[in-house]
Amino acid sequence: MPSINTANQTAVERMMSARPILRTVARARDVVPGLRDNLILHAGPPIEWPRMSGPLRGAVIGALLYEGLARDEAQAVAMVEAGEVEFAPCHHHQTVGPMAGVTSASMMVYVLDNVTHGNQAYSNLNEGYGKVLRYGAYAPEVLAKLRWMNEAMGPLLADALALSEGIDIRALLAEALHMGDEGHNRNKAGSLLFLKHLAPLVARAAHDQTVASDVLRFLGDNALSVLNPVMAACKAMADAAHGVEGSTLVSTMARNGTDFGIRVSGLGDRWFTAPAQVPDGLYFSGFSSADANPDIGDSTITETAGIGAFAMAAAPAIVTFVSGSPRDALNATLEMYEITLAEHQHFTIPALDFRGTPVGIDIRAVVELGITPRVNTGIAHKQAGVGQVGAGLVRPPMAVFEQALLAYAEVYEL
Amino acid sequence: MAVTRCEIRRGAYFDSIVLMQLQRSLASLAGVVDAGVVMGTPANLDLLAASGLTPDDLGQIGPDDLVIVVRAETEAAARDALGQVNPLLTRRRATTDETYRPRSLATAVKSLPDAQWVLISVPGRYAADVARQALALGRHVFLYSDNVALEDEVALKQAARTAGRLVMGPDCGTAIVNGVGLGFANRVRRGAIGLVGASGTGLQAVTAHIHTLGSGVSHALGTGGRDLKSEVGAVTAHQALNLLARDPDTQVIVLVSKPPAPDVASRLLQAAQAAGKPVVVHFLGYPPPARRLGNLHFALNLSDAAALAVERLMTDDSRLIFPTDNHQSSVINHYVRGLFSGGTLAYEALLGLQTTLYPLYSNAPIRPDQRLPDVWHSQAHTILDLGEDEFTVGRLHPMLDNDLRLRRLRQEAADPEVGLILLDVVLGEGAHPDPAADLAPAIAKAKAARDLEVVAIVVGTDADPQDVGRQVEALTQAGVTVFRTTTDAVDYISQRLAAPAIESYFSPVPLAVLHHPLAAVNVGLESFYNSLVAQGAAALHVEWRPPAGGNEKLAALLKRLKTKDR
Repeated sequence: MPSINTANQTAVERMMSARPILRTVARARDVVPGLRDNLILHAGPPIEWPRMSGPLRGAVIGALLYEGLARDEAQAVAMVEAGEVEFAPCHHHQTVGPMAGVTSASMMVYVLDNVTHGNQAYSNLNEGYGKVLRYGAYAPEVLAKLRWMNEAMGPLLADALALSEGIDIRALLAEALHMGDEGHNRNKAGSLLFLKHLAPLVARAAHDQTVASDVLRFLGDNALSVLNPVMAACKAMADAAHGVEGSTLVSTMARNGTDFGIRVSGLGDRWFTAPAQVPDGLYFSGFSSADANPDIGDSTITETAGIGAFAMAAAPAIVTFVSGSPRDALNATLEMYEITLAEHQHFTIPALDFRGTPVGIDIRAVVELGITPRVNTGIAHKQAGVGQVGAGLVRPPMAVFEQALLAYAEVYEL
Repeated sequence: MAVTRCEIRRGAYFDSIVLMQLQRSLASLAGVVDAGVVMGTPANLDLLAASGLTPDDLGQIGPDDLVIVVRAETEAAARDALGQVNPLLTRRRATTDETYRPRSLATAVKSLPDAQWVLISVPGRYAADVARQALALGRHVFLYSDNVALEDEVALKQAARTAGRLVMGPDCGTAIVNGVGLGFANRVRRGAIGLVGASGTGLQAVTAHIHTLGSGVSHALGTGGRDLKSEVGAVTAHQALNLLARDPDTQVIVLVSKPPAPDVASRLLQAAQAAGKPVVVHFLGYPPPARRLGNLHFALNLSDAAALAVERLMTDDSRLIFPTDNHQSSVINHYVRGLFSGGTLAYEALLGLQTTLYPLYSNAPIRPDQRLPDVWHSQAHTILDLGEDEFTVGRLHPMLDNDLRLRRLRQEAADPEVGLILLDVVLGEGAHPDPAADLAPAIAKAKAARDLEVVAIVVGTDADPQDVGRQVEALTQAGVTVFRTTTDAVDYISQRLAAPAIESYFSPVPLAVLHHPLAAVNVGLESFYNSLVAQGAAALHVEWRPPAGGNEKLAALLKRLKTKDR
């Protein structure tokens, strides 16, 4: 076995050198490995129906309705309870999805190609704000919007991207970090950059000006448009760093609304899980922490890849989520350097004199120093379909890192 | 009956978080039931409606309009709340502006790369690991923590010595480096007296007294109380002594310790003799062998040590300092054998030489561990009283008959480990009529055969029948170095055997550690950090916690994993 440091250096180098290019948008069934019509992908570590939280259950019902597998909610639930529906984490299929993360066969997904290492990653299309499937909503207008996205917007984006060499999401992120984004909770600049890349392509590819206009407006109005391709890009980076023998680098952090789970580069596909916590944050009008669902979504892949809360110092506009002054934003990032293996070669922070973002979480450092990774997150209502109720900060339970460390000792006979 | 009031600000953009904070502040005002603050997008207006905060009758609201809605118990409370909007929006949060406090030594050292020192005052069972980490990061260590295992101290100091780093401590309370006090230290004048101390309060007492006497301190280096134990071997004291010997700002050195182990003491004093500077020695409870031995000045107590140091500073001691080209001396790394006819002279020589020679044996020892097992065979350094009974049975006393001495002289001279032979020649009434006539030819012959030094103490007067002048001359002719007192002979011998400069054994600690402006990382007691800052030193405090939150199983596992990194 090589030294742990050598293994970790290999893993984090792979994570940083991965260069994910957004190639196209395609039907999930056609591109996502192993996806079947009765298989529903979800965020976070594996979970079965009885333990699923409200928003995830709602999204599953919505997907079954959307796919035409069930007529109504009652039938959908009956199908699930009869065992006619299979579930798997997005992460098991090179895919990531925000919040519930529910992805089914006929949905469109962004297709990213890591040109450095040759692996692919996928993510569904972002639905914007309000009542949306990813927060467990499945009302007719939710499904109608989804249909428009998958049948009108998706094919147009595919045609548009076909006219280009693809969009370098790593480069886009690097630029967005210099424009006040951190790539997870704040994606305003990144989404506008995304729109800038797409607009001329969409204009050329569109047969119908109204559709083109609707698509561009939808992308422009949604400050989270770029979140999903960004997450897929981070997934491509993290997967490139996964599977390095002897490495203690965290290659996955994800939540399903019930459990928080991590995977470690040198420990194969094993998940280490513990109950997800309720984020600490600011709530929208009329909501409080009593309404909040425990932490949910695959978007922690951003922190896994060295952005999101790890790049907080780049996004002073949202520091109030972590309770205070721009100095606190700097401190948040500085703290993450303690538990990471490298400073990112491509993602830099102006306020820290262009120091690279902290990247490559080391389970040893997390356990030794008692510092769990910071995560910036949206907060879901615990009831299906209500939607986002706030945003804030959460940390994974320490137990998952302790378990992983003990497992590491066992696997490597230390 | 609650009232709902709202305000629209057209074209006023605020970040959603600012709005959420404003909303929270408004909702917390007295008399306010609920509040909503949003930009007027359709989705946001739906949200407000869902909370029962619909703004009524306000006409067209667009996404660039700021909508503020307050529901309050009374009309006055609602108006009051709306009146608070501007001050709340412009209020600056109290900037905490707390700079980041690193949680690990590695991070701290990255943030303060100039920090040569790491001050460690965490609980003892964690201290050795922190010190190991500091050494691995190439830093010098001031280890205040006590209850560090002796084997850890030994391992740390061996590692430090190999790397040319200092580990002051464990249980080191005091040091002054380049004018900055570490741990507990008095504020004393800068000056030319450098100190090495295995006793914190000892260092404090001497440095304070030096200051009181109007003089000053270059550096005071602590070693920790156990440094002069045999197991540790005074590694730090040797390194510190060597540093001060090379330090151009230090003109006089003071060595302070509680009673050291005899072997450690003699090696350390040997090194002190090679320091090339006057060294004032005070080992508490350790009988001074002399007032002075070459460049070593033995103090009676702590204040005497300070006074002696100040006195040496004002005296030209150059005649006491032996040339440093001594390293080529043929007697270095060889043994001394003393062949005495006079018991008291043997004892006096033993008393003086044991200060710097180890191991040292005798048939008439001062300490029990010095007893020579077989008086017919010398070992290591040996001082023999040939007038003792075991030698004089059936034989004349060596003051009358040189036969035994001559035979032993030939025996010692034939031993290749021997570099110097010491003799006494006692004249006077009743003694041998012409001892030099026997001794000089034998010595000349032995010296001709090999590289050998012979030293003689001649006790006598010009009125003696043997004529001291003639005896001295005959011995000198034979190549003997002659002295008239034991003290002078001991002085000479101990200088001739003074250890070569200790750089040849250790990686020397770079002098920069004394001369660069002091910068340090503090791990443990925050008061030490505050004290560094108060003294104007660059310092960084680590928010240290026990590894793995004190979970011993995980901490042990982490330690094992670290060894996989090498």
